[in-house]
Amino acid sequence: MSVASLDARASRRRMWRLPIRDSWAVRIALFIVALLAIAAIAAPWIAPYDPDAVDLARRLQSPSLSHWLGTDHLGRDELSRLIYGTRVSLGSVALSIVLILALAIAVGGLSGYMGGRIDQAIMRFCDCFLAFPTIVLALFLIGILGTGMVNVIIAIALSHFAWYARMVRGLVLSFRQRDFVLASRAAGASRVRVFFEHLFPAIMAQMIVLATLDIGHMMLHVAGLSFLGLGVQPPTAEWGVMIGDARPFVWSMPMLILWPGLALLLSVMAFNILGDAVRDRLDPSLHGDHQH
Amino acid sequence: MAGFILRRLLLLIPILLGVSILMFVILRMAPGDPAVAYLKLSSIPPTPSAVAEARQTLGLDRPILAQYVSWLSNAVQGDFGVSHVTRRPVIDDILHYLPATLQLAGAALLFTLIVSVPLGIWSARYKDRWPDQLVRAFAFVGVSTPNFWLGFLLVLLFSLTLKWLPPMGKGGWQHMIMPVLAVSFMSLAINARLLRASMLETASARHVLYARLRGLGDRQVERSHILRNALLPIVTATGMHVGELLGGTLVIESVFGWPGIGRYAVSAIYSRDFPVIQCFTLFLVTIFVVCNLLVDILYAWLDPRIRLNAEAAI
Amino acid sequence: MSETLTIENLHVAAQHGHHDHVLVDGVSLTLRRGRILALVGASGCGKSITCSGAQGVLPPGVRVTQGRVLHNDTTVAPERLRGRVVATILQNPRSAFNPIRTMADHARETLRAVERLDGDWRSRTLEAFATVGLEDAESVLPLHAFEMSGGMLQRAMIALALLSDAPFLFADEPTTDLDLIVQARILDLLDELARRRNLGVLLITHDMGVVARLADEVAVMENGRIIERATTREIFDNPQRIATRELVEAHMSLYPEVA
Ligand SMILES: Nc1ncnc2c1ncn2[C@@H]1O[C@H](COP(=O)(O)OP(=O)(O)OP(=O)(O)O)[C@@H](O)[C@H]1O
Ligand SMILES: [Mg+2]
Repeated sequence: MSVASLDARASRRRMWRLPIRDSWAVRIALFIVALLAIAAIAAPWIAPYDPDAVDLARRLQSPSLSHWLGTDHLGRDELSRLIYGTRVSLGSVALSIVLILALAIAVGGLSGYMGGRIDQAIMRFCDCFLAFPTIVLALFLIGILGTGMVNVIIAIALSHFAWYARMVRGLVLSFRQRDFVLASRAAGASRVRVFFEHLFPAIMAQMIVLATLDIGHMMLHVAGLSFLGLGVQPPTAEWGVMIGDARPFVWSMPMLILWPGLALLLSVMAFNILGDAVRDRLDPSLHGDHQH
Repeated sequence: MAGFILRRLLLLIPILLGVSILMFVILRMAPGDPAVAYLKLSSIPPTPSAVAEARQTLGLDRPILAQYVSWLSNAVQGDFGVSHVTRRPVIDDILHYLPATLQLAGAALLFTLIVSVPLGIWSARYKDRWPDQLVRAFAFVGVSTPNFWLGFLLVLLFSLTLKWLPPMGKGGWQHMIMPVLAVSFMSLAINARLLRASMLETASARHVLYARLRGLGDRQVERSHILRNALLPIVTATGMHVGELLGGTLVIESVFGWPGIGRYAVSAIYSRDFPVIQCFTLFLVTIFVVCNLLVDILYAWLDPRIRLNAEAAI
Repeated sequence: MSETLTIENLHVAAQHGHHDHVLVDGVSLTLRRGRILALVGASGCGKSITCSGAQGVLPPGVRVTQGRVLHNDTTVAPERLRGRVVATILQNPRSAFNPIRTMADHARETLRAVERLDGDWRSRTLEAFATVGLEDAESVLPLHAFEMSGGMLQRAMIALALLSDAPFLFADEPTTDLDLIVQARILDLLDELARRRNLGVLLITHDMGVVARLADEVAVMENGRIIERATTREIFDNPQRIATRELVEAHMSLYPEVA
C-alpha cells in the first residue's frame, strides 16, 4: 500500500467526531438546565397539584390525563413532586457550592497569603479532610449533626471544601510570584486591593470551572443520602426521597422509581456536559480527555 | 524500596491521628448534648440528674484532651466503646459486618479494572471511530447515573422481567452480579475514559515515534510503549476509586439487602449512635488510606524513576 | 551499481480546516551506500517532515499526498522501510527512549522488530554498545534513560541503529542537544561507522561545519523544495542559489579559518 493511500484513510477517520463534544450537545444541556431552573423557580405556578397533597383515594394510579405521570402511594401527583424536587436538588447543591467557595477562599487564601508555619498547619488540617472518602465524611457529619436538608448542605460542603481550598492556596502562591502583583504592591496598592482586583477574578474563574464539573456529582450525593433516609426528609418532594418512597412498589409500580431517577440522570448529564464546556472555554490547562 | 515503604507506613500515623482528632473535635463541637442523645437512646427521661450522671458515665465532664487521650488509648487496644443502641461492643459489630462490605467493594474494584482497561484500550485504538464513540457514550452515561437507581433498573430487568438473578440478599455468585455492576458502573466509566486519554497522550510522546521508527509493529508499540506508560496514571486513579467504590457499596447495600456495614451504619447514623459512627468512620478512613498507600507503593515499584530514586535516597 | 534508496517526488500536506497547507513540495533524493548526503536549510523548511513522510510516521493532521520510496528501484511501503532498510537517529535522545524501560529492553525489541532476535542477542548488543564507545557495556544494559547522560544516550541510539543492521541511516540533527566536545565525538563516530559499515546516510543539520567535515553531497531545501544539490566542495566553492550562499557565508563569518 502506498504512503498516500494509508494516510488518506487516516484522514477520513477524523471526520467522525463524538457527539458529546459538538455544540449541539452543549445546547441541549443548556436547554435542560434552563428547564430545571424554570421548574425550580416557578414550581408553584407550573406544578399542576400541591406536591404534598395526600389523596388516598387516588393512590398508585397509572399515568392519565389528570395525572400525567400517575400518583404515588399516598395519591400525591408524581409530576408535581418531580417539579418541586428540582428546587431541592438545585437549591441544596447551589447552597453547598456557595458555602464551599466561601470556606475555600477563606481557608486557602489565608494559607497562601500567610505562608510559613500557618500555611503548613492549615494544609495539614486540609489533609485530614482529604483522607476521607467524600461520602464517608458526609455520612459522619450527618451522624453528628442529624439528618435534614440544612445538615446535608453542611455535610456536602465540609466534605468537599478541602479540594477547593488547596487549589485557592496554589493560585494565591503562584500569583504572589507574578510581576503584576509585585508591581502593584510596589506602587503602594494595599493587600486587600490587590486581592480584589487581581486575585479574586482569577480564583473565581478556576472555582467556577471546578464547581460546574462537581455539580452533577454533588446532586448524586444529595439524592443518595436522601434515598438512604439520611438527607432531605420525607414528605419533602426530593428525587432521592421519591425513589426511596417508591421502593416497596418496585414490583407493582416501577414507573415511580423510573421518573425521579430519569430526572436525576438527565440533570447530572446536562451539568456534566456544561462542566466540560465551561472548562474548555475558561481553562484550557485543565483539559482532560476531551482535547483528543 | 524497603525504606520507601517504611517511610510511607510511618506517614500513616500522623494522618490517622489527625483524622481521629478532627472527628473528636467535630463530635464535641456539634450541637446537642451527647449525654442527652445517650439518654434518649436508652429511653431514660433526660432529667437534670440523669444528664449529669450520663455525662459522668460517658466521661464528658473531663477536659476534652483527657477525653481524647483515654478514647485513643482504648481505641488502639481495640475498644471503641459500647453501642448506645445494641449495648454490644462496637468493634464486635463492625467486624461482624465489615467482611461483606469489603467483599462487595473488592469485587467491584476487580470488575472495574478488568472491564475498564480493555474498554479504554479499545476506545483509544479506534479513536473517533464507532468503538470509540460507543465507549465514550457509555462512559458519559456512566458518570451521570445514580448508582442506587441503576440498582433498581437492574432488579427490574434481571429479576423481575428476565427472572435470571435473585433480587436481594447474599448467597452464591449470582447474588453478587447486580450489586457489583451497580457499585462499579461509575468508576468503570471514569477509568475507561481516563485510560483512553492517557493512551492518546502517551501515543504522541517521542519515545513512541522512535519505537515505530525502529520498525516495531503497531500492536507491539501499543503494548510496550503506549499501554505500559499509560497505565501509570490509572494506578494512581485506582486509589481514588477505592473511596468511590466503598462509598457506593454503603449505598448499594441498602438496595440489595446486602448484609454489610452500610446498613448497620445507616441505622446508627439515623439514631445518632455516636460510638458506632466514630468507629465506622475511622475504619473506612483507615481502609481508604491504607489502599492509597498500597497504590503509592505499587506506583513506585512500576515507575523506575521513583523506585530508583527511592533506593538512592536510603 | 551500489545499493540505493530513493525518495521520489514526495509531497506532504497539513490539513488546515478545509484546505491543505503544503509542507513538502515534490522532494526527490537519492542515497547511495557508503556516501553521506547532508540535507540543509532554514528552520521549518520541511527537512524533518521529509524524513517522517518517507517512513510513514507523520504527526496527526499531516499526510503524504503523493510520492513513493524506492529501494534499488523497487517501491517499498513506508512501514517496511523502518528498521529494516532505514535506521534512524533522532535529536534529544532523552525523550526518545521510553522512560520506564531499560536499554536492554530497547535493544531486544529492536532486534525482534527486524526478526534478528535470537539466543545471541545479548552478546551482539554488548558488541554494538562497545562499538559506539559505551564503556562497560554490561553495566549499561539495565539502565534507564534518566540514569544516563545525553552523550551516552546518543551513543546508545547509534548502537540500536547498528543492531538493526539497516543499510541506510537517517540522522536528524543528531548532535543538537549535546555539548561541543560530545558533539565532536559523536560526529567522528558517525563518520567512522558510515565508512566502515558502508552505510548510506541522510544527515540533517544546521551546522555547515558538520557538513564540510562529513558530507559527500549536499541538498539545500527551502520552503519544502530542494533548490540546489551538489557535492560538498561545489556548495562551498560555488553556491548557485541565494539561500545556499547565505548558509555558506554565515558559516564563513563564524569560522573564517576553515576556509
Ligand atoms: N504537526 C504539524 N502540523 C502542521 N504543520 C506542521 C506540523 N509539524 C511541523 N509542521 C510544519 O511543517 C514545516 C516543516 O517542519 P519541519 O519540522 O520539517 O522543519 P525542519 O526543516 O525540520 O526545521 P528544523 O530545522 O527547525 O528542525 C514547519 O513549517 C512546521 O510549521
Ligand atoms: Mg527538524
